[in-house]
Amino acid sequence: MKLYDVTELALRNLRESVLRNSLTTVGISVGVASLVAMLSLGIGLQQLAGRRLQKSGLFDTIIVTSRRDLRGFDREQEQNGPAPADSPVLNEEARAKLAQLPNVREAYPDIRFVTELRYDDKPHLTMVAGLPASAKSNDAFDGMQGSFFSNDDAPQAIILKSFAEELLGRTPKQGEAEPGVAELAKPLLGKSFILRYAERTSPNSLSGSGNASDNLAAMASAYSVISKEMTVTIVGVSELNPDTMRGQAGARVYLPLKLAEGMHVMQPSDLRNASSQGAGEATYSTVSVRVNNASKVGDVEAAIKKLGFNTFSITDATKSLRQFFAILDLFLGIFGSLALAVASIGIVNTLVMAILERRREIGIMKAIGASDSDVKGLFFAEAGAMGVFGGVLGVALGWTIGQLINFGTNVYLKRHQFPSEKVWLVPWWLVGGAIAFSIIVSLLSGLYPASRAARLDPVQALRYE
Amino acid sequence: MSSQSMIQLQDVCRHYSMGDTLIPAVDGISLEISTGEFVALLGSSGSGKSSLLNLMAGLDRATSGCVVVQGSNLVELSREALAKHRLKTVGMVFQSFNLIPSMNLLENVELPLRFAEIDRNQREMMAQKALERVGLGKRIRHRPSELSGGEQQRASLARALINQPRILLADEPTGNLDSKTGTEIMGLIREFNQTLGTTIVMVTHERAIAERYAQRMIFLADGKLVGDQVNSGIEK
Repeated sequence: MKLYDVTELALRNLRESVLRNSLTTVGISVGVASLVAMLSLGIGLQQLAGRRLQKSGLFDTIIVTSRRDLRGFDREQEQNGPAPADSPVLNEEARAKLAQLPNVREAYPDIRFVTELRYDDKPHLTMVAGLPASAKSNDAFDGMQGSFFSNDDAPQAIILKSFAEELLGRTPKQGEAEPGVAELAKPLLGKSFILRYAERTSPNSLSGSGNASDNLAAMASAYSVISKEMTVTIVGVSELNPDTMRGQAGARVYLPLKLAEGMHVMQPSDLRNASSQGAGEATYSTVSVRVNNASKVGDVEAAIKKLGFNTFSITDATKSLRQFFAILDLFLGIFGSLALAVASIGIVNTLVMAILERRREIGIMKAIGASDSDVKGLFFAEAGAMGVFGGVLGVALGWTIGQLINFGTNVYLKRHQFPSEKVWLVPWWLVGGAIAFSIIVSLLSGLYPASRAARLDPVQALRYE
Repeated sequence: MSSQSMIQLQDVCRHYSMGDTLIPAVDGISLEISTGEFVALLGSSGSGKSSLLNLMAGLDRATSGCVVVQGSNLVELSREALAKHRLKTVGMVFQSFNLIPSMNLLENVELPLRFAEIDRNQREMMAQKALERVGLGKRIRHRPSELSGGEQQRASLARALINQPRILLADEPTGNLDSKTGTEIMGLIREFNQTLGTTIVMVTHERAIAERYAQRMIFLADGKLVGDQVNSGIEK
């Protein structure tokens, strides 16, 4: 029989026992809906976590250090790379080279220094760091009071909540409730403080060229340090730290990166450089390299190592996160499939009942020339059709449930003053996959009834009343 | 086997086992039916005539012996080949008509054409023609339950002959019909025999019908052939 004829006959047969077949189809659709619901929750959560992590910059950032400075983060790097003495210097030229590597979004120097600032005529000692413009999308600033820097060299600052508490003298005592960020930001936003720092100035003539004896002679006067002041306006107060990768070394006051670079603040490495070769040029203690995609971190890291630098990244965390979600998806999928497994028993039951009911019909068909494979194909097609309808209906049902849950979650998040999130995500591959899975399960369920129908003895079947 | 032979049975047995006992439904029958012959199989209930018809139809398989129909031994055919035999070589009509109740007449009659993978348009045309030929041209959209017994048997005849088989096997075709309708149906069967040259093998327990229409009468009792005679009193 042609496929078209098989399908037409199958649909006609399904219409004949419309109630029973509809109930079976609803059973399949509930199974598919539960599978879609479970998996899309898993996918939604995974994407949510992924998005958060990507925004945090934790997993797409590589910290690059010169082998001349900090001795390695891991032993392997020390064993495999060039000897510290032969390794390249981490200066502006090296930064530019890093920025041009494939898959690198940006490479910026880490400017950070401990310094004193005066607010309300009181001195406060803290770590200050430069923030690139790209940090604006950082998750930590989602709930920030105020705004991000107006441009990359504006004399503006974003301070952390803990520092705001210090500036206002409101650091909570033990057991005391912490004041809210909004409350702390109110008196601080738009106010200025004076930043005191040590500027390192290097005369232009000592740019590193010339012969060795000249350099030696110049070494003593390689640079001078001048005390400077700058007035900076507070534009933002953030509760979360954008600099989590630094742990204890994290800053509490952030300046636009260009501004911080332009300040030429004396770095700890400068002291050591004063007694070594190349003292004239400014070097960076670390450069942060941000990669286009977290999955490319490994490749970029390898490329940087080839250049002779040490690297540090936290890719393993994403790997274990992915692993966690793979396991979560697996279990959600198994739970979701349970309903589909029950539904498949429904299909077997419906078709076996149909064989009993249509026994005589099968006998007639065989008597007038239907082959075993015609009969088998017919029952198979009926199972498949129930799978298609159940699958489509199930996906629609699962999608609707997902939308409702998304809506409910966002109402809840809004009530708790969180930004809205898409917890439930039904990607196209899941739609197609769920329908395909439903058809496959239905066809598998139809295997036994179909072959049973095909094996019916026509003489016996024709005698059946 | 003669060149005219359409069906040839050689020592055919069909035994059913019921528990420990073996029931010989057909027990060592040998006979030959020529092309275009109209043969009646007669016998009392349980004599084995329907079982013999089923063996010729390829609905059942002989326990032993040879059932040669149009040159092929059905005993040796695969299940698929037997299905093809039922589709192309033989057409069947039954006492209880055996139309599919959920289909209308047109769909019932074109069902064998679906199995034969004939295109939809051609199929519909052929089925319509076949129904017109048996006088049901105006009832093609009716379901079997909306028709009389005679009409159902006509539709069944149309279905049996749609693939233009060489043999029509009829199992008590008038058994469920009143005598007037029965006569109409038998007239149709004879017409097919005479105009198309279709070989007819008809099972009946009514001797009068056999004498009126069949050229040859074969008598069975307890699965054995007990008589084979040419019918001289046939109605022309």
